[in-house]
Amino acid sequence: MSTLLDIQEAFRVGVLGDNDLPARGFIVEDEISSDRRVGIYRNNTLISLSKALAACYPVVERLVGERFFDHAARAFVKGHPPRQPQLLAYGGGFAAFLDGFAPARSVPYLGDVARLEWARNEALFADEAPLVDIAALQRVPADRYGALRFRLHPSVRIVRSSWPVQSIWQVNQADEVEPVDLDQGGETVLVMRPASKVVSHGLTAGDDTLLMAIAGGATLEEAAVKAAEIDERFDLQHALVAHLQRGTFSAVSLETNRGTAE
Amino acid sequence: MADQERHLQTRFEHMDIPDRAGVGLRHPHIPAFVRERPPAAWLEVHTENYVGAGGPRLQALEKIRQDYPLSCHGVGLSLGSAEGLDKGHLARIRAVIDRFQPGLVSEHVSWSVTGGVYLNDLLPLPYTDEALDIICRNIEHAQEALGRQILVENPSSYVSFKSSTMPEWEFMAAIVKRTGCGLLLDVNNIHVSAHNHRFDANAYLDAVPLDKVQEIHVAGHFVQHFADEDGTDRVILIDDHGTHVEPAVWALFRRALERIGPTPTLVEWDNNIPDLDVLLSEARKAELILSSVRAQHSSMANVHVA
Repeated sequence: MSTLLDIQEAFRVGVLGDNDLPARGFIVEDEISSDRRVGIYRNNTLISLSKALAACYPVVERLVGERFFDHAARAFVKGHPPRQPQLLAYGGGFAAFLDGFAPARSVPYLGDVARLEWARNEALFADEAPLVDIAALQRVPADRYGALRFRLHPSVRIVRSSWPVQSIWQVNQADEVEPVDLDQGGETVLVMRPASKVVSHGLTAGDDTLLMAIAGGATLEEAAVKAAEIDERFDLQHALVAHLQRGTFSAVSLETNRGTAE
Repeated sequence: MADQERHLQTRFEHMDIPDRAGVGLRHPHIPAFVRERPPAAWLEVHTENYVGAGGPRLQALEKIRQDYPLSCHGVGLSLGSAEGLDKGHLARIRAVIDRFQPGLVSEHVSWSVTGGVYLNDLLPLPYTDEALDIICRNIEHAQEALGRQILVENPSSYVSFKSSTMPEWEFMAAIVKRTGCGLLLDVNNIHVSAHNHRFDANAYLDAVPLDKVQEIHVAGHFVQHFADEDGTDRVILIDDHGTHVEPAVWALFRRALERIGPTPTLVEWDNNIPDLDVLLSEARKAELILSSVRAQHSSMANVHVA
């Protein structure tokens, strides 16, 4: 006696697999075979999910071409189908998949480009938050700046790569792609969506350390000390002004003797 | 709580979905809807596209919602899942509904989730007592969690099951009767399934509880030809929402309207998405049929009065 669960499991295996055999026993066959009928569902699933990945990873697709991308995407979908019915959250594992995808070995930076595109996708759908008001900050006495604690905007993501990943992404926004020197070294990228557009900026090692310390709850002074240890040329004033202008922070608080003021 | 409800009731000007033609809001058309307020009587979104925490897509819908009545059409609840509904997903859908206050909320008589995997397609159910119990339980769960009645849409399908013990129309009628949900009648789906499973589309219309229909969908489909083993040409209709509405589907639409009366009607176009003008002209075709049926109905009403 077949139950609904048996049928649904058989369909899952048949749709994500290569043939209709698991489901065949449940299906009425006539002059149109069960394989052709189940194949329609398999196509719908693979094509729609591959399209969702292509929408999320346009630069990866451009780097390898449509056919190669489709091949990789279908292999990813079969091995890592969505666990949630919301496609805007689907595809986060694609970078790690590409790292281990043998046919892509000749493009060693592909996984990191995918990481950058996923960070952009996450930033696009991240929560809204107000930006720190620069005018309000100017009322803080200069000798209290070191005690400020900033909160990163909820859309902030940092991508670190041993490849010039932001440069690769950037040149692929134009119709004519300028060459990128792959030996120029790695790049660390700050991705965020302070308003309605996702933006990205290169980060120095010191700046990266600063933001990580701030994200971990450090005061500005504690974070700046760590940044200077990593990067002797780190310039706190320059970094802070840049972050305030970009909208990296969504809140700031100052610990006083009477408690915390926002 | 009362204050909150009053606030919810007054947030948008356009609440009820009119008995007119609307269009599915698709991403390429969003900028035009934000900027130009093109003439569509109402809009429908796929609820799952708006479950994100924030971002420009939600900001745009917030703006568009000020100008149009809205319906939320779900594609991910998987009402037919033997393993029951995903509570987290129900909560996400509830949040979208609370925020955008749609006039109608709908889902499908199908399933997409099993073993915790989402197959991103509307998969068919066997029409058995067991499947009926399961989908009714899930619909009741959804209506309770969403705090409102939902509409369920008749599916298009490419397989039928040996274990089925009743026709689809009987299954649909039983669902409506047991759960108190409404019907979203997709006349393209009836046409597609009638061809693929060789039943009479008009007989389907005769058998479903048309008095429970609160919305109608029309869409295009793909006619797939292939040769079977002995070279005979065979045709399967694929419900791809990728082209104009076929004359046969318009005819079925008119027939349904003549029975039901003017009803909110949506043109769905999800693949090969055309320029907005093309989509809006398809909605105008629906509007013409709605107008002519409205005229017939009001003249019939006049006859009764006289």
